[in-house]
Amino acid sequence: MKKNKSLLLLLTLVLALSTLLAACGSNDKGASNGGKNNTPAENGNSGEDGLAADQTLRINLSAEPPTFDPALAEDSQANTVLKTMYEGLVRVDDEGQPLPGTAETWDVDGVKYTFHLRKDAVWSNGDPVTAHDFVFAWERVLSPETMPAPTYAYQLYYLKNAQKYNEGEISDFSQVGVRAADDYTLEVELEAPTPYFLGLTSFYTYYPVHQSVKGDEKWALDASKMIVNGPFTLTNWTKGQTIEVTKNDKYWDKDNIKLNKITMSLVNSSASELASYKNNELDRAGHPHGEIPTDQIPILEKDLKDELKIKGIASTYYYQFNTTEKPFDNFKIRKAFAMAIDRQILVDKVALGGQIPAFGFVPPGIKGINDEYRVENKDDYFAENIEEAKKLLEEGMQEEGYTKLPDITLLYNSNDAHKKFALAVADMWKQNLGVDVQTQNQEWAVFLENRQNLNYQVARAGWSADYNDPMTFLDMWTSNSPHNDVGFKNEEYDKLIAEAKATEDNEKRNENFKKAEEIFVKETMAILPLYYYTNVGLEKPWLKGVSLDFSGAIDYTRAYITEERK
Amino acid sequence: MVRYIANKFFYMLVSLFILISATFFLMKAIPGDPFTSEKKVPPAIKERLYEQYGLDKPVYQQYLKYLGDIAQGNFGISMKRANQDVSEIIGQTFSSSLKLGLVAIVVAVVVGVLLGMLAALYHRKLMDNVAMVLAVLGIAVPSFVVATMLQYVFASKLHWLPTTGFNGPLYYFLPVAALTAQPIAFIARLTRSSMLEVLHADYIKTAKAKGLGWMAILFRHVIRNGIMPVITYLGPMTANIVTGSVVIEQLFGIGGIGKQFVEVISNRDYPIIMGITIFYGILLMFARFITDIAYVLVDPRIKLNKGKEG
Repeated sequence: MKKNKSLLLLLTLVLALSTLLAACGSNDKGASNGGKNNTPAENGNSGEDGLAADQTLRINLSAEPPTFDPALAEDSQANTVLKTMYEGLVRVDDEGQPLPGTAETWDVDGVKYTFHLRKDAVWSNGDPVTAHDFVFAWERVLSPETMPAPTYAYQLYYLKNAQKYNEGEISDFSQVGVRAADDYTLEVELEAPTPYFLGLTSFYTYYPVHQSVKGDEKWALDASKMIVNGPFTLTNWTKGQTIEVTKNDKYWDKDNIKLNKITMSLVNSSASELASYKNNELDRAGHPHGEIPTDQIPILEKDLKDELKIKGIASTYYYQFNTTEKPFDNFKIRKAFAMAIDRQILVDKVALGGQIPAFGFVPPGIKGINDEYRVENKDDYFAENIEEAKKLLEEGMQEEGYTKLPDITLLYNSNDAHKKFALAVADMWKQNLGVDVQTQNQEWAVFLENRQNLNYQVARAGWSADYNDPMTFLDMWTSNSPHNDVGFKNEEYDKLIAEAKATEDNEKRNENFKKAEEIFVKETMAILPLYYYTNVGLEKPWLKGVSLDFSGAIDYTRAYITEERK
Repeated sequence: MVRYIANKFFYMLVSLFILISATFFLMKAIPGDPFTSEKKVPPAIKERLYEQYGLDKPVYQQYLKYLGDIAQGNFGISMKRANQDVSEIIGQTFSSSLKLGLVAIVVAVVVGVLLGMLAALYHRKLMDNVAMVLAVLGIAVPSFVVATMLQYVFASKLHWLPTTGFNGPLYYFLPVAALTAQPIAFIARLTRSSMLEVLHADYIKTAKAKGLGWMAILFRHVIRNGIMPVITYLGPMTANIVTGSVVIEQLFGIGGIGKQFVEVISNRDYPIIMGITIFYGILLMFARFITDIAYVLVDPRIKLNKGKEG
């Protein structure tokens, strides 16, 4: 009753305000930054196959892409938008199979790839897309002169001599393994066999760039200057507020593009994003470019069951041990901690997004020989068992001569979801092992710096795939990898990975990956796997044809809107 | 008057200098830099980035260079958003905050003063109680709660107004309402108490005794004097509102400067952090300055030179 009253009072206040605002609003014409969201489509789709007349897709990006320069991009929001604006040599379908993109066909001969580009591909200004554009773009990514230095240049290190050129060891780009044999033939030579290279060419760092950008630093910041080769062109970018792309009629496959426009709001609040979705202002909400409040997922599972889309993606959530620091320098103690928690309960009650409990490091969705790697090699490296864990902990403490464990702090980066999870895990350790673990949160950059400097005991971590191969998860733990921040060193592991990098033999690679993962998880327990991530999204029933790949990257280019939307 | 202004101006410059220096060194002292990321940047590339942005030099050299640059009005380019000018980013985001802010200020003052006056004139009557309950609520309920509730009621349930965005007049209603709840409450209370005081003052009695009309008393004496505290509050409030509310801008997806500020700090985008800090500093000091001057103009009791001796 009391609550109702205050609500009523508040509403009165709001109404009073509204009346006044209405008066003020008329003076404010200058403020409408192109409120043209609802302009009907003009490309005559109406009536055709139950398509809605207005083919405008509305989504939200929870962070604004810092730039649309493919060479400099490095975030999933930029990925979402760039995928609509550019097309690489190949495109990748839901199953991770390469489809013809700018390249119509290709021949592979060991480390040599020859791409035959389609002759009908043109830039949005009408210029043909040629092999020279790719050479230009890749040189731009790798050149030490590029300002600012592209951080993702290492995504191109697969090319012969690319790393040397990027690091300034050689200065002649013609020694790098990419060459335009003629306008429509691109020859690529790799440093070593790379079975996943074709998929990589669909990644944005590999996109072609129009050669007019040379010397123009601001080209990727200005909608009017961007010349692109994809299905959509950038037509509006009001910083901090809206991004809009519009169908590109010069795109070679334009007949298969049904959307006329994609408008993107830039709201960094999961609650607001959900509210907008419910108010029919968005056709899709949630991952990978937005966010839905985690605690709302159980409610959505009841209320919007048909619209809630949960899909596993190739990312792993885990805690990592500092294996150089007490008490986690002891294998048995690490293993005891890993065995003493109930992952299914954590996923069902805390993480809430239908995640999959993890007992390995390579997530589902990553390709193996014929099927997924995780299907071919089950992650049974250890099992949850409290009694066993207690015994192990005791043995471990004896080995180290502890009568009592040293103080332990679990470190995580400030975030509500991570906090809840850390508290739940610490509670399980307390209940099951009788160990008190403090939890501590740190701001993201501070946290990263501490973790990278091995200044922690046990810390939260997550890793997502850069490409569709177990290598993206396993080569980070070699002794000299910059990402190895657990103090793990194992000669056999290094050897297995080095061998896998040098061979094309799929069986051999798989064998090595399996052994390596076994050493890393089963025999060392350097990390404590928790769950494999899922993509949680809400999709209106009228939105069709959206494609999510293994890594959770989203492709809207072939999406469309049915008549159901009024 | 000129000496007074020059004096104030000098102190503003000194404060600004201290602000710049303190922010610069504090900012550099926070762990992490613009290129800290989970997927580590290879050392060779990181070194080149440091070189390109001058981060390879000792901090004091970076500081001196920065001072030199801003003395020439050059705020530099963003380190996180390739090749974007800091001044451009500030200009663009501030224009959104300003548009929203100006509307909010007008609403806050008009509604606040009106509520306060009504409360004072109908002292201890129903009107007074309603206005004051509203005011207490406005002060007590945090703006993000107001904002979320407004979104829920007017967008999610009633579908009258858009939830987020900033693309036209309709988009102003909810953020302005959320943004002004607190200032309205504050202004209403200020106006009420000072008007009550004025209404009981001797000169009002005199005015009544002289046979002046009720309207004339109200406008010539009561309002003019009763509004004094509101003017004091106006300066800081204006600065506060136009610098953008982080929470409101985030919840409503308005590309304002407040939202920007939070993002650049977590990104360690040094040039923008400095740029926005300086911009805020100048704005706040200027608002203070104007308030001081306005005070002198409205209240004849404040005499600049003699005031200090007394």
